[in-house]
Amino acid sequence: MTGTVALVGCGGVLFSCGTALLLARPLTRILLGAVLIGNGVNLLVLATSGPQGNAALLYPGTARETIADPLPQAFILTAIVITLALTAFLATMAYRAWQHSGNDDVPDDIEDIRVVRRATYAEERERLRAAYRKRRHEYRALAHDEEEREARERSAYERLGTARDRYRGLRRRARADARVFRARQARAEETAEEIVGEDDPWQTILGADR
Amino acid sequence: MSGVASLVPLPVILPLCAAGLKLAIGARLERVQRFISAAVLLAVLIVSLLLLIAADRHGPQVMFAGGWAPPVGIVLVADRLSALMLVISSSVTLCVLVYSVGQGMADNDDTTPLSVFHPSYLVLVAGVSDTFLAGDLFNLYVGFELMLTASYVLMTIGGTLARIRAGATYAIVSLLSSMLFLAAVAMVYAATGTVTMAQLPARLDALPSSVAMVIQVALLGVFAIKAAVFPLAAWLPDSYPTAPAPVTAVFAGLLTKVGVYAALRTQTLLFPGTGIDTVLMVVALLSLLVGILGAVAQTDLKRLLSFTLVSHMGYMFFGIGLASPDGISGAVFYVAHHITVQTTLFLVAGLVERRSGTTDLQSLGGLVRLSPLLAVLFLVPALNLAGIPPLSGFLGKFGLMRAGVDDGGVLAYVLVAGSTVTSLLTLYALAKAWNLAFWRAATPEMCAAGTVLESTEEDASDGVPDAAARGTPTGGVGDWPAGGLGLLAPRRVTATFGGQEITTTSSLPVSMAGATTALVLFGLAFTVLAGPLFALTDRAAGELLARTPYVEAVIGG
Repeated sequence: MTGTVALVGCGGVLFSCGTALLLARPLTRILLGAVLIGNGVNLLVLATSGPQGNAALLYPGTARETIADPLPQAFILTAIVITLALTAFLATMAYRAWQHSGNDDVPDDIEDIRVVRRATYAEERERLRAAYRKRRHEYRALAHDEEEREARERSAYERLGTARDRYRGLRRRARADARVFRARQARAEETAEEIVGEDDPWQTILGADR
Repeated sequence: MSGVASLVPLPVILPLCAAGLKLAIGARLERVQRFISAAVLLAVLIVSLLLLIAADRHGPQVMFAGGWAPPVGIVLVADRLSALMLVISSSVTLCVLVYSVGQGMADNDDTTPLSVFHPSYLVLVAGVSDTFLAGDLFNLYVGFELMLTASYVLMTIGGTLARIRAGATYAIVSLLSSMLFLAAVAMVYAATGTVTMAQLPARLDALPSSVAMVIQVALLGVFAIKAAVFPLAAWLPDSYPTAPAPVTAVFAGLLTKVGVYAALRTQTLLFPGTGIDTVLMVVALLSLLVGILGAVAQTDLKRLLSFTLVSHMGYMFFGIGLASPDGISGAVFYVAHHITVQTTLFLVAGLVERRSGTTDLQSLGGLVRLSPLLAVLFLVPALNLAGIPPLSGFLGKFGLMRAGVDDGGVLAYVLVAGSTVTSLLTLYALAKAWNLAFWRAATPEMCAAGTVLESTEEDASDGVPDAAARGTPTGGVGDWPAGGLGLLAPRRVTATFGGQEITTTSSLPVSMAGATTALVLFGLAFTVLAGPLFALTDRAAGELLARTPYVEAVIGG
């Protein structure tokens, strides 16, 4: 293959400029970088087609050596269409980002920052967690003492046996009475409310919609 | 050309035609639109199955577009590997489509003049099919571009700030890799004078090894970006989790595997037995370990899954790096298994999001009681991904490890150890997610009667991904609608995710849960049918490594 140095050099320059632009934050610059790289790559593809020649028309008697290689040109045409679509898409995205936030910078990922920050605060968290564990341990020890005390008292209760059963029977009855009383009271209040409601004309008309 | 071979272009043409038809119909006739999508994907699935049977029985099926023979025309080839990938991808895309209809993705398009989701999704499917079928490097590039352009649209659907941010990262990285791919294609053409994959093996073998090496590294670098293996994977966990659940699921399942497929194809057909294999194995090891350590550190379910995705790419590159029949066969089996399982897990993450308005593990809890079906749907693929013995994840990993032991090299043994550690750490990461989101007692927000988070105005506007976690619970019997029927009707409240409002319900929509269940069962089918499937992947690996069947089918045909 014989190539053209100018095409390769030009493609290289476009590629490097595009790379520099691609490293920037604003989406518009990235877009321009993508356009430059796209054109650079297209020139490189063109450089693979060898020396220039006549249009590749298929008619009898054409010497193959005199015509240019049509395949890279077909590649480039396809690539240009694709780059055009992507350029349009990136431009839309830059505009949308500007609509949202007033600039078109590509921001960092929030979740990433959060995970990194968790690592930074790991020491602090570990300290707090240790303090929490210590306190929980102390509390458990306290609870353990409590249990022992209760066990001692329980043996005393057992001696009270029958007295306790009688007391519990009385308590059960008293609670049942209290429940019945409360239910009656509630019912009375409800009826009272209903009566109040009937007095109010708006209540009768609108009901629950009021 | 036999009858079946003329079916080869259909997986590309059908979705593209349907996408055009849908754009013509516009936002009207929603039921017709859904029917068209489902019917087309079902047709693609049937065609893929026919192609797989034909490719397995009669060798690669070849189709010259327009009747132009290779160096000039476009050639589409379906060999065992392509056809198998097509079958898996079309089954998965069909399930995800049903899921997305359930999610009401199409309903959200009401606000836009054109229904965007369905046409883009079909173009994506066409692009994926085209990459699997492409018989020349430039058509492979075009397939990638079809797929990527559709994926940019799907990634930024709704145009919220969070999605624009994620989409920008994704689009820029993909754009750069596409440019590099085009440059690599130019290099191949400059060095060999052809881009037809069947002609390349002979011509590349004739090249000086240094030139071939440059081309190989350029191509593999591009595919590694697409496949998101470790040093080139930083874009994936940043961009995937923000997209809507079905989109993330299909991206995670298919788009990365397209990179693996391309790497598999170039490594076996174009550059067999070069020193790059060692590099690939080191990359695989780093990807396995770094990815899974990243996953362990995450507190968001979707990000955790994204990191396991990066990690498990290492398994496939391990198989490719071994370059032995068993290694390639294991890699192909693992690709098939992983597409299904990873997609399922992301769909389940979508269901979790739908159930509780967030995927943040810190604010989730008690889902095993609140939604037992969801818990089962998560647990089965999670265990499958981690590689618990009877499941296909174990079989795939076991196949790869056996191939590694058979290889006997030091690096292979290191990778076997790395695979084991990764498998255990995957189990740890997923068990952590299970404990936090499903097993532990529910937080008061989760327990509240309607069990959903109410959206607030600030959340909708600031678009922080974890914004939904700050929502306030709606609880209390007083909130039920009058008449007491509210106790039976599923409650619908909105929450925000990725800056876009999603509807949360206490009962899972039937088609979403149904599609996820279908995929879980499809994943389990790999376990049941592991014997025949491994036999098939063995034959596919033999075909790939022999190279001649592919070359003869294209050039001799």
